[in-house]
Amino acid sequence: MDLAYTDAEEEYRSRLRDWLAVAVPELPPRPPPDDWPARRAYDTAWQRALYDAGYGEVHWDASPTLRLIFLEETERAGAPYVGANFVGLLHAGPTIAAEGTPQQRERWLGPVLRGDEIWCQGFSEPDAGSDLASLRTKAVRDGDAYVVTGSKIWTSHAEVADWCELLVRTDPAAPRHRGITWLAMPMDAPGITVRPLRTLAGSAEFAEMFLDEVRVPVACRVGEENDGWRVTMVTLSFERGTAFAGEVVACRRTLAEVAAEARANGSWDDPAVRRRLGRLYAEFAALWRLIQWNVSAAASNGSLPGTGGSVFKLRYSHARQELYDAAAEVLGPDALDLSRPWTLERLSSLSYTIAAGTSQIQRNIVAERILGLPKGR
Amino acid sequence: MDFRLTDDQRALRSGVRRLLTRRFGREALRAAVDREGRLDRDLWRELGRAGLFALRLPESDGGAGLGLPEAALVFEEAGRALLPGPLVATQLAAGSVPGAADGTAVVTCAGQLSSLVAHLVDADVLVTIGAGAPHVVAAGEAAAVRSLDPLTPLHRLPHPPPAASGPLLGAAVLLTAAEQLGSAARSTEDAVRHAGDRVQFGQPVGGFQAVKHLCAEMLVRTEVARAAVRAAAVTGDLTEIAGAKLLADDAAVRGARDCLQVFGGMGFTWEADVHLHLKRSLLRAQMWLTTVQAEEIQAQALASAL
Repeated sequence: MDLAYTDAEEEYRSRLRDWLAVAVPELPPRPPPDDWPARRAYDTAWQRALYDAGYGEVHWDASPTLRLIFLEETERAGAPYVGANFVGLLHAGPTIAAEGTPQQRERWLGPVLRGDEIWCQGFSEPDAGSDLASLRTKAVRDGDAYVVTGSKIWTSHAEVADWCELLVRTDPAAPRHRGITWLAMPMDAPGITVRPLRTLAGSAEFAEMFLDEVRVPVACRVGEENDGWRVTMVTLSFERGTAFAGEVVACRRTLAEVAAEARANGSWDDPAVRRRLGRLYAEFAALWRLIQWNVSAAASNGSLPGTGGSVFKLRYSHARQELYDAAAEVLGPDALDLSRPWTLERLSSLSYTIAAGTSQIQRNIVAERILGLPKGR
Repeated sequence: MDFRLTDDQRALRSGVRRLLTRRFGREALRAAVDREGRLDRDLWRELGRAGLFALRLPESDGGAGLGLPEAALVFEEAGRALLPGPLVATQLAAGSVPGAADGTAVVTCAGQLSSLVAHLVDADVLVTIGAGAPHVVAAGEAAAVRSLDPLTPLHRLPHPPPAASGPLLGAAVLLTAAEQLGSAARSTEDAVRHAGDRVQFGQPVGGFQAVKHLCAEMLVRTEVARAAVRAAAVTGDLTEIAGAKLLADDAAVRGARDCLQVFGGMGFTWEADVHLHLKRSLLRAQMWLTTVQAEEIQAQALASAL
């Protein structure tokens, strides 16, 4: 058990810190949340800056430990996270890298790394959420193209994306996991309608996407026809690794800010408030150690982080909601003022126990795949 | 950075597990319950010979020269097995109280549990922990207390001793947290095994999501506590140690409660071991550092981080 970083790792950290100290102050002001084209421009410019500085591929080819250092330092420096590059860097990109042909990797990976193209995700459907394998958007082969019809939901960045990683049903007669295919759909193809989806936080973070006989070239299929479920699992296990490392760093900073507010407004003198914040301090410290634990495990077996990520996500998503609830207790009635800090975040955080696998699904995964309990309902 | 256990650490852990399985299996555990927690001095000496108390002493003093991370792994195993006795106090006393290191003496500590003392009935030496080495004190007219935990006889001292403090307290808290962690892991395993075996409505109850999710949350609490305890053992940081105790107490107490729930009516019986883990973990949660104290330490760290 060694928590000290090697000289090489510390040198990486120090070089990155030096670079961030120059790069972050040069960033333009963050665009307003509703201005999607401006957000895209901001996020892709940052990815380009990372690429030019040699950090473009950090999510893919760095060792898990270096990736952890990268996420820790960029968050500390106040640098943006992946933003609009999320799907390209953390979902579609890794999938294409693992399952694509040489031509496909050549075509798609470079533009993602340079921030030239961004991707969105067309997986969930109105009737296929936790039960993703029940998806019904259909694709029918017609010559050198698939003709795709159906609807998708929770598609972030759809308005400004160049490509969509799309799951479609190509064999309705096959067992449900065996009739699915993974396609890269060009977002400028005719027949795509995108409608913003307003969340309970009031913003349009997501979109619905309606597909009406959209033609997707067969050359855009990654993996074999009807093998899309397996192809997709490569992506999903990738998501549950170090993906939240930066957010844990951010949570620890937010907690310190909440404590500062509590001391300023006197609620710190209430032992119940103080102890609640104290407990959260221990929670997030432990969650950081759990990330280090998972990273060490991933580094040793050379594989992508797997079910250990479910344990982490269950606790993290709950702790983060608890953080904003505690902040609301500190704020008192001011927690009803949406212009105060943490009030919008409190609303947004309600999605954490739902997105990327609800807590209930995660508990099934933990119980069945780690603890070995029987499948069933 | 490599947080994984080294090969030596794995070997140490499995060695201790083998020893405890052989010397303190279920029969020995129930015999200890029937003795109302009175210690088996042969076992105590064997633990001493195996190095459980001398683990952290330098090799020149007859110890193994190991550190807190290794001691934490050993105490995790002790917690799993519900090994009774003032294990932590005796280890702290190894090197300063004669006989503690090799298990010929049983050393208990006043001031780790307010005015209550554990295992005074079997203790050869009573100490307090403050500045410097453990300080030997007289018990005076201590009165026996009806102990919640059948494996831990308790006495009440006539005068409240000073609360444990000083440089040894960190190790005491950490090793107790490690015992809690072991107990939490054991409760999780026992609940999962029972849920897989017990059939109702024509299927193992572990197939029902309501039961499955209880077990999953037990594992989550255990794994979060494990990361915290092991990291705190490596850094030795007092705030991190207090945080680890907080999370390990929670994992152990709530784990035993949930295990009892999974066991259903059988879990409510004296015969099942579930209550032994619950009672012991409730006791350890009060030892050395309470939840309130641990939370206040976290709050202080948070305030000074501003």
